[in-house]
Amino acid sequence: MAGAALLGRLTPPPALRWQIARVVSVRAETPRAITLALDVPEWPGHRAGQHVDVRLTAEDGYRAQRSYSIASPPLASVLEITVERLEDGEVSPWLAREAEPGDELELRGPIGGYFVWEPARGGPLLLIAGGSGLVPLMGIERLRRAATPELASTLLVSARSPEELIYAEELEGAVVTYTREPPPGWTGYARRVDRAMLAEVAPPPEQRPHCYVCGPTSFVEVVAEALVALGHHRALIKTERFGATGG
Amino acid sequence: MSPITRGFRRREPSGDDSRLPPGQHLVGGFPVLSAGPTPHTPLDQWTFTIDGMIDEPLRWTWEELRALPAEPVRCDIHCVTSWSKLDTEWEGVSLDTLLDGVATEADYVTAWCDGGYTTNLPIEDVTDGRAWVAFGYDGRPLEPEHGGPARLLVPHLYLWKSAKWVRGITLRPDNEPGFWEALGYHQRGDPWQEQRYWGD
Amino acid sequence: MDETMLDGNAAAGDFQELFAVEVTQMVGVCAGCGLTGPLAEAHAFSLAPGLTLRCPGCDAVLARLVHLPDRTLFELRGLRRLEVS
Repeated sequence: MAGAALLGRLTPPPALRWQIARVVSVRAETPRAITLALDVPEWPGHRAGQHVDVRLTAEDGYRAQRSYSIASPPLASVLEITVERLEDGEVSPWLAREAEPGDELELRGPIGGYFVWEPARGGPLLLIAGGSGLVPLMGIERLRRAATPELASTLLVSARSPEELIYAEELEGAVVTYTREPPPGWTGYARRVDRAMLAEVAPPPEQRPHCYVCGPTSFVEVVAEALVALGHHRALIKTERFGATGG
Repeated sequence: MSPITRGFRRREPSGDDSRLPPGQHLVGGFPVLSAGPTPHTPLDQWTFTIDGMIDEPLRWTWEELRALPAEPVRCDIHCVTSWSKLDTEWEGVSLDTLLDGVATEADYVTAWCDGGYTTNLPIEDVTDGRAWVAFGYDGRPLEPEHGGPARLLVPHLYLWKSAKWVRGITLRPDNEPGFWEALGYHQRGDPWQEQRYWGD
Repeated sequence: MDETMLDGNAAAGDFQELFAVEVTQMVGVCAGCGLTGPLAEAHAFSLAPGLTLRCPGCDAVLARLVHLPDRTLFELRGLRRLEVS
């Protein structure tokens, strides 16, 4: 019945409230990015692509809050976020340099229903990441590999240099472009993602790939417009902008 | 009651705290806060208007504004989001200069801006040397992200009253809540009385 | 291009805490120009005294949200309607 179906979709997601999360482990991904594994006692589970809000409170009551995408796939036993330390960040420097196992922080989530993917949506997938925009896309890709590996996906990642490439060991099969300093002997792409690159890398629009684009605002806008110009339907392009001052 | 995060503290430079209003802290840079995209009105289309409770609206082109006597302004600025900067240096035309000779019974003004932002002020808060149309900051033309080509500067009130990309003020009998004042922020905004929100 | 501008995904947490409904998938219609799209694609300006969501087509304000110490205020006047499908 249409009404029941609508009600089902309007059924509130798990109550969104601040919970206390405990840091279980900290793992360096690159010189500036770390992955935190968190124990959240009443974690309701999440969908690939969603994010959490993290809030820190200082002794004088000062609070700072930022959003971080969930890196771990939905059925993993522990919740993981990957945080890139921003030079003038409020929250990311503490997460990247101070956080230790046993530390407590506040967390709210999971958040998001637009920038999500699950196998039932089908594919093929086209995942285009700028810098730390790779985090939610890797959550999606890890889910695909675990649940529906036969479903095709194309992953295009833009990073400044190999040192700044997150999850490098999981990117076999991905197309990487380096925008500042490619490694010696590199024969791959060495420029910002543009329409010509997408024309070569992306599946043709006739295959109707589900496109997910995540990264800094200007990256997302250039890529989304290029995909439309190549003939991909806007309704199949999902975007999430990360702020340069996000963290 | 949020748990204290071990080892977490606000980043801030050390400085003269005694000049800070309650609840404020010093920052090193100049944070950019906006409710919308940065407008880019070409100077040959830019005007500043005073209208409302006035016999004849007044309007200045950019050249005409820049031909008026301008003055340096050195002031502390306080943002309601809790950061403050001391001894900032501006250049602008005093609103007293723009209102010189204007007879009005208005008790309030609404400043209005490119992009649609508005803010309301009692008229005494923008006269007698308390407000400027500022076009210079730190010895250079005011950057677009900070309100250039010109913003209102009313340093004795929280910085949301110093409307970026100002294009005019309307003289009014009533206090019409502006963009943030309509959604929880104080009508006047005196940082020394910590007038941040409705009811403060 | 304003790198500090985000999109409606950044507003999801605040609205979800208020509404207990996931709003970013909801399709909104701009009361200014009629542009229709998911709220996730609205332009979000949150480095400010409050959060402002603007139409990606005409920049009109779609919605605003302010956290005060003891309450939250929001308004959705710039949305002619919202659709869930």
